[in-house]
Amino acid sequence: MLGFLVKRLALALLVAVTVSVVGFVLLRASGDIAVAIAGEGATETDIQAVRQQYGFDRPLPVQYVEWLGKTLSGDLGRSVYFNVPVAQLIAERLPVTLLLGALSLVFALALSIPLGVVAALRPNSLLDHAALWLAVFGQAMPSFWFALLLILVLGVWGRLLPISGTGSLLNYVMPAIALGYYATPAIMRLTRAGMVEVLGSDYIRTARAKGLRTGKVLFKHALRNAVIPVVSLAAVQFGFMLSGSIVIESIFALPGVGQLAWISLQRSDFTVVQGIVLMLSVIYILLALLADLFNAWLDPRIRVA
Amino acid sequence: MSKELRTYRRLPLLALSGVMLLGATALSPAPAHAGKADDTLTFALEQEVEAVNFYQSTSRDGVILSRLIWDTLIYRDPESGAYEPGLATSWKWVDATTIDFDLRQGVTFQNGEPFDADDVVFTLSYFPSPEAKVKSRESVAWIDHAEKLGQYKVRLFLKAPFPAALEFLASPLPIYPKDYYQKVGAEGMEAAPVGTGPYKVTKIVKGESITFERNPNYYKDSPKGEPQIGHIVMRTIPDKNTQLAELMTGGVDWIWKVDKDQAESLRAMPQLTVKDAETMRIGYLTFDAAGKAGPSPLTNVKVRQAIAHAINRQSIVDNLFAGGARVVDTACFPEQFGCDQTVKHYDYDPALAKKLLAEAGYPDGFEIQLNGYRNRDLAEAMVGDLAKVGIKATLNYGKYAAIRDMIRSGKSKMAFMTWGSNSIGDVSASTSVFFTGGADDTYGDAEVKAELDKGDTSTDPAVRKEAYSKALHRIADQAYWLPLWSYPYTYAYTSDLNFTPTSDEIPHFAQASWK
Repeated sequence: MLGFLVKRLALALLVAVTVSVVGFVLLRASGDIAVAIAGEGATETDIQAVRQQYGFDRPLPVQYVEWLGKTLSGDLGRSVYFNVPVAQLIAERLPVTLLLGALSLVFALALSIPLGVVAALRPNSLLDHAALWLAVFGQAMPSFWFALLLILVLGVWGRLLPISGTGSLLNYVMPAIALGYYATPAIMRLTRAGMVEVLGSDYIRTARAKGLRTGKVLFKHALRNAVIPVVSLAAVQFGFMLSGSIVIESIFALPGVGQLAWISLQRSDFTVVQGIVLMLSVIYILLALLADLFNAWLDPRIRVA
Repeated sequence: MSKELRTYRRLPLLALSGVMLLGATALSPAPAHAGKADDTLTFALEQEVEAVNFYQSTSRDGVILSRLIWDTLIYRDPESGAYEPGLATSWKWVDATTIDFDLRQGVTFQNGEPFDADDVVFTLSYFPSPEAKVKSRESVAWIDHAEKLGQYKVRLFLKAPFPAALEFLASPLPIYPKDYYQKVGAEGMEAAPVGTGPYKVTKIVKGESITFERNPNYYKDSPKGEPQIGHIVMRTIPDKNTQLAELMTGGVDWIWKVDKDQAESLRAMPQLTVKDAETMRIGYLTFDAAGKAGPSPLTNVKVRQAIAHAINRQSIVDNLFAGGARVVDTACFPEQFGCDQTVKHYDYDPALAKKLLAEAGYPDGFEIQLNGYRNRDLAEAMVGDLAKVGIKATLNYGKYAAIRDMIRSGKSKMAFMTWGSNSIGDVSASTSVFFTGGADDTYGDAEVKAELDKGDTSTDPAVRKEAYSKALHRIADQAYWLPLWSYPYTYAYTSDLNFTPTSDEIPHFAQASWK
């Protein structure tokens, strides 16, 4: 187990470093940051001053190592645009993003697990196909388009839900549906596959033979074992949702990390973008790592392999 | 099965019930809708401001908020362009680098601090200094310092003659309360802004909204008039479609920069007013006339003139703008001081364009890259027009900063750009930025530079007008630019609202009222 743990941790670290390097280089390749910071109407002298102030005139590897050093000591730098510490900006907005991510996950699980179970009960039936179609629909439809449809139907025509902002929890309903729907297909398919397998196993036959009611067999015996892989998938999907919230937060005007990332990209606020990319990738890597470890703990075959 | 494992398996269920519980307690109905009924004007902007503290901001949206919270020494009437007394009741040029101001008496800041010369001297001496780290340096760079002559009398010293001084004093220089600022600093001002203005900030939710309340003690003779609406809320809504949905359902009362196709459908709604209004922003094509990006047909004036005749600007304005735009022929916004409109006008004439191209030695046209950063549809229309006379233009789109850097470093042969003059109604804020040898001057025309320098430094309006006119005539004759059109904004707001859009790109909410 220890060997596995070390291997996984090393891999996670490697991924984190790679992501930070790629993010760092891409951001600098997107245009002259100094020109963007100096703003409309700045003179060449102003831009040169900015270049020196931020150290853009030095070689890229030197800039990267310096940034990495500061980051490791907990200093993400200051936002160029807001002129406040990046860590503070992210901390102010993280709760909105986490709440949205959690609600989206809840929605995704609440929709996909029952669907998966129903589909598994009668494989290749009409119900199974309907569930598949619903899932394919969710995967195929861009989330921004789905979000706009929700706004139109539930917000403008139906006037059932508030459209944007964070006035109450009701404000999170549409964003959570839009963000969570995308994760539904994967979870549903996995639940279905797990259930189909488990329902065909000997102990279920035994349970049925004992005369247990179908409901009890399904939920007490089958589902519990079938959803184990779903838990680790859900952890990864949660990471997807946090990064996927960039689009959804902008559409629903939720002041979270996603919206901050979006406007910071537009303004070349490179310290903020770097900070968010790093934070999201670390969260994602941690979640994936947790899922791996969790699986390994449950299933000895993974650890040994 | 171990106890831990059982807990793990219950996790999703636990999380679910936790969230449900949270939901049950927090699912209070959404706040009451904005509007006339509760005397709250809610307007939406696409981006949150970088700072409410004006001197830490460079964005246009910061100017909008500053007009609510603070006042300036001079007020420029956005419709007539006339300068009127603001916090200063009168002013006088002592010489080309000195201005005296008499200040208004009996004005107080929103925190009760009385306004007098100390606040003006502090504002106009501290913010120009490097230690203040003002974000928009050009707003304060021309000021040397200010001196107190009496409790309500101030003298301002300029670094060099700067005819646009009054224009700047009327816009990017709000007067700050000295005692409060010295006590709380930039961060305190950001958290709880205080000014003399018609509205005071009551609540800031980062990234989401800023709430204002009418200042009951606002001074009576203000040129901004007495504020009419009780509360104003600024909401950040990045997505245009969301803004539209909120406007249609009464969640917000006012939006702007509405797209043409959406404006058409909004016009049909009786509860909304849709208005088009011009702004100071103009679009233009800039040509590498000096050949900095290597040899190209564009170094030939006939080729530049041919392009000017080839593009059907009127048709683009008529068909691709929602309304309110016009063709511009000058390298400045027509209403700016000194923007002489008698310059050479290039009519749409593809036959003449072809003839000029043939004379220049390109009877079959040529290939060229057109760089740009916004309004791709307009750029595509121009590419289509150019193709009709044989010029094959390919589009290269990038971010504003990247494209401007290309032009400055002599890597762009032709670019489609725009300029908003920072809403300053003077040619020194437009033409002079691009043709006086600075970073943006890729043309290097000494004659144009000499005339513009003359206009920029003289305080005699007649001398300035003549100098600017000569410069603008030469720019048009040489076709260094092809000025294209002005940029209108389309505003949409509840029909309950009295609101007048103005060309300075600043919505003046303090002057708005309910019908």
